[in-house]
Amino acid sequence: MPHLAVEDLRASYGALEVLRGISFSVEKGELVALVGPSGSGKSTVLRVLMALNPPSSGRVQIDDISIDYGKSGSVRAARDRMAVVFQQYNLFQNMNVMDNVTLAPRKIKKWPVAEVEENARALLAKVGLTDKHDAYPDELSGGQQQRVAIARALALKPEILLLDEVTSALDPELVNEVLDTIGELAADGMTMILVSHEMGFVREVASRVIMMDAGEIIETGTPAELFDAPKSQRAKQFFSKVLRH
Amino acid sequence: MERILEQIPRFFTFRNMELLLEAAGMTLAITSVGCIIGFGLAFVLVYLRQTPGKWAAPLRFLCIAYVEIFRRIPFLVVIYLVLFFIQAFIADASLFTIAVIAICTYAIAYTAEIIRGGLESVPREQVEAARAMNLSRFQTTTQIVLPQAWPVIIPPAIAFAVSFIKDTALVSQIGVFELTFRGKELNNQGYSGILVFGTIAMCYFAISYPLTRYGQHLETRLATSRGRRSARKLRRT
Ligand SMILES: Nc1ncnc2c1ncn2[C@@H]1O[C@H](COP(=O)(O)OP(=O)(O)OP(=O)(O)O)[C@@H](O)[C@H]1O
Ligand SMILES: [Mg+2]
Repeated sequence: MPHLAVEDLRASYGALEVLRGISFSVEKGELVALVGPSGSGKSTVLRVLMALNPPSSGRVQIDDISIDYGKSGSVRAARDRMAVVFQQYNLFQNMNVMDNVTLAPRKIKKWPVAEVEENARALLAKVGLTDKHDAYPDELSGGQQQRVAIARALALKPEILLLDEVTSALDPELVNEVLDTIGELAADGMTMILVSHEMGFVREVASRVIMMDAGEIIETGTPAELFDAPKSQRAKQFFSKVLRH
Repeated sequence: MERILEQIPRFFTFRNMELLLEAAGMTLAITSVGCIIGFGLAFVLVYLRQTPGKWAAPLRFLCIAYVEIFRRIPFLVVIYLVLFFIQAFIADASLFTIAVIAICTYAIAYTAEIIRGGLESVPREQVEAARAMNLSRFQTTTQIVLPQAWPVIIPPAIAFAVSFIKDTALVSQIGVFELTFRGKELNNQGYSGILVFGTIAMCYFAISYPLTRYGQHLETRLATSRGRRSARKLRRT
């Protein structure tokens, strides 16, 4: 049984159907990359999984638990098992780094404070921010903020980590520090769904690539299969544009 | 003019000044109590107004209707409405209570819009990040949104309360012993209207001006990021 199974997922913004029957699955420890042109619905997939947008139909299953996005208990269960990191970091501006990372583990998971803080310190060390515990988000660079956001997501000990273009708001010289962090997580066996335009990085770390266009999945395969020998016309066009080098 | 000059020593007696001070105290008391309670209730109203879901639609409608209606009624009419409404149920309600309730009723409608604007000024993405971590709507509001909304809410809320000090003159219409009422009384005792209401005007100015300046001071302090930070520190202690 796959760790996460998504079947015929549909979602709309008003009259505009932006997910038109998405099906895929993710195995434990896998890093699946979601790629595709702008507006193809990649962010929406992650937003629906996190119950930030309602699906209009479809099934989502985590292990043997089926998620009903219309029920608050079920939504809580989904959010309990998955964590998301956004393109714009979305750190809480009124809290310092440590509070950002420990808020939900303390208040929501209700884990012991000492344990939570120790874990937070370890995570911040892991993302290379040992000396920034007391800094506020507006005192950090974009790359540092994004690494705090990753630590904040990991502090919840999610089973699946969703990453939405976490490097695209960063200056080029800050991209690598964040990619390195994700690479280490992949090496540790973290299950991840990564939306990214960094094709070089995707080729390096992804076990599978899903290509979307206009709310549908066009093609799925290993990075080598998709990048080097795309089958469909739309995938060929897309990869020839993004893999110019 | 001569009459005024001749009245001055008789008017500025200790007794009359005491009466004016008392009346000024009343003006300040009904305004601040009414506005503070109104401000608190406005938070509740805004929170209810933002309740999501289909079942909450009538609730949202009521909240919006309250704000829209009371912002379009003259304050004097609100005062009479409250007066007759309260008297219909509690025969012996004090005029002070009625004045406070009237001010409160009106302040809710105005400050609700200020509060809503403040809450909406906090980036939606932070709210989503909080919700994705399973924080409840209430937790998200109190832990994430409100702390960042204060600097946006406080200055206009104070400005509203200060400008409302002068509007409370209208409650003299139902006989509350505040500044304007006392003025009319002194005027009826034969003191020159120019003298009496000139003094009353000075009193309103003396109350409002320092508060306005304080509001402006707070605004510049909250506007700077340093101020934001010290506001955060203040809240923690
Ligand atoms: N808040 C919104 N309201 C209305 N339409 C929206 C909204 N957000 C996204 N859309 C539309 O939904 C579609 C899918 O958007 P989505 O953000 O999922 O695309 P994406 O693949 O993540 O694109 P990008 O690479 O630019 O981030 C697009 O057509 C977009 O215009
Ligand atoms: Mg996107």
